[in-house]
Amino acid sequence: MIHTEEEVIQEAKRLDKEEHATDFDHPVKVALKTFRFNAETDYLPYYKTYEMEVTKDELVLDLLNRIKWEHDGSFSYRRSCRHGICGACAIKVNGKAVLACKENAQGLVKIFGNELVIEPQSQKRAIKDMIIDKGDFWQKHADVKPFVVADVDPHPTEETRISPERNEQFLESDYCIQCGACHYSCPALEVNEDYLGPAALVAAYRFSIDPRDSATEDRLELTSQLGIGVWDCVKCNECVEACPKELNPLEKITKLHNMQFEQGIAKRNVATKHAEGFVRSIKKYGYLDEADIVVYSEGYLGMHKHVSTAVKMMKAGKIHWHSGIPFIDSVPKIKNLDEVQKLIEISMTHKL
Amino acid sequence: MSQLHYALFTGCTAKQSTPELLSSTLAVAEKLGIKITILEEASCCGASHLQDFDEFLAHVLNARNICYAEKLGLTMITICNTCQLNSQMTKHALDTNPELKARVNEKLAEVGLEYKGTSQIKHFLYTLIDEYGLENIKEKVTVPLSHLNIAPFYGCHNIRPSELHAASNNHENPYNPTSLDSLIDALEGKPVNYESKNKCCGFHVELQANHASEVLSGNALLDAMDNNADLMVTPCPLCHLKMDTYQPSISKVMGRDVKLPVLHMPQMVALALGCTEKEIGLDFHVQKAKHLYSA
Repeated sequence: MIHTEEEVIQEAKRLDKEEHATDFDHPVKVALKTFRFNAETDYLPYYKTYEMEVTKDELVLDLLNRIKWEHDGSFSYRRSCRHGICGACAIKVNGKAVLACKENAQGLVKIFGNELVIEPQSQKRAIKDMIIDKGDFWQKHADVKPFVVADVDPHPTEETRISPERNEQFLESDYCIQCGACHYSCPALEVNEDYLGPAALVAAYRFSIDPRDSATEDRLELTSQLGIGVWDCVKCNECVEACPKELNPLEKITKLHNMQFEQGIAKRNVATKHAEGFVRSIKKYGYLDEADIVVYSEGYLGMHKHVSTAVKMMKAGKIHWHSGIPFIDSVPKIKNLDEVQKLIEISMTHKL
Repeated sequence: MSQLHYALFTGCTAKQSTPELLSSTLAVAEKLGIKITILEEASCCGASHLQDFDEFLAHVLNARNICYAEKLGLTMITICNTCQLNSQMTKHALDTNPELKARVNEKLAEVGLEYKGTSQIKHFLYTLIDEYGLENIKEKVTVPLSHLNIAPFYGCHNIRPSELHAASNNHENPYNPTSLDSLIDALEGKPVNYESKNKCCGFHVELQANHASEVLSGNALLDAMDNNADLMVTPCPLCHLKMDTYQPSISKVMGRDVKLPVLHMPQMVALALGCTEKEIGLDFHVQKAKHLYSA
């Protein structure tokens, strides 16, 4: 029990110290290696280093301001609300997506050391310094119909009610501020420009779960297409890590996958067969049958793509038959397989 | 130090295409005096695909696996990043959502099991570092890897989402991970510093988006090669499958000759601890790696 005022103060100090145990208790000298580029005049981008003492309360946005105000007035970046809500000041520091107005600078020094590399979200889209052309982001956002499609009664007699349970299903997807942090951290997008990317998929989920909306089917159709939709997500969790609002975009992508199966929109193709093929394998062995899942997903005709890899794997002893007979039971069975079979039978939420 | 004892969730890959992962894991554990009980009852974790089809079913199957570790009263260790992520995701979901836990337990009761939430889930990499200890590993090194430039490839599912993994991976920072580097150091190898070490290998879209998958792997392999790596090492057999078996097709996509041996993390440790050639299992690699065994 804490009694005296003195003890209360001591306890508060102790807790404060604990919370800030890893803080530097003094300003730290930081070198800001900063991406500079002007598309109108520069052939190539270059880096310029600015040195400054950084105190414990300074945010990355403060450092950007200091570059502009104390070093070079031509330095350009977007900023507006300073409250983590407009999404304008999103950049990257040492490859980590940050909202400049939300990210503590010394926190980054703790992760990366005293040289901080200040870069725009996407270097190939740079217009001037931190300012990029976000056209691809907005186009993809528009593609998923990021609005409620509904016949609105011009003279409603009561409000549209959304139950607390339904509200929970939004999984906070309506908190997205369209900053692009996830979009420009996504490696799948980096190698496939057609992919919608995590931000657009979060928007697709947000409006598809809305009970007032009537375009869910269109969005599920669009996001189920191979090459652009949910099946091109590489599951790296970079978007989960990048989101400054902690929205977990991958969780919404998984929900879209589930909705496509639940609402019968998923077409039979290599990706959907691969997902549901796991059930078939697990039922039989408990384990995934690695060879079978490829054959099942691709179909026999699609197997020509895999012949050369399969031969190499066989030569290295990677493909073998547990039964000792070629092509029969390449997989051992787990113990108590009957439990797994029963659980699949009673737990599956929809049919294959 | 009292003897460490873990329940090993092997995952599917170690039981099939990467037998060398299982044999080297067991060999390392034996050399270090770590007791391992294999969970032969454990099923597939769903590999981040089953949950796309049916998220609830994936939770039920993962919870069942964890039940068997709980029955033994042991920490469940994994030797695959994706097994680690999926098991940990289920554990987190059930431990923080009593309603879901009740629904899952209702199903498990039908087969006489109950998920309690008493077992921790940890990747073997982090048990070696955090529980066995790097200093103790150093003492056991008989074949220092000082002649090798080793590129650590962390694999997504052990480091992201960082909040989910924080308790089991000792707060590894996904933007600047250090565990695998420090293990390489302890074995006296030279860790290669390269940008792609915490990037994605593309394994999970191998079938439906093959080109993207090949480019992601190619970028990482070439980045390691361009930084003078003699080999790459990864704690994830899925990264391993992608990066080891597909180098010929990756070469075609990248327009450059991609040739780099890729080792499983326990194989690297087994090399340094002087385990036998058979245990290390370098025969099972598509990209030749046998020259790395020098006894």
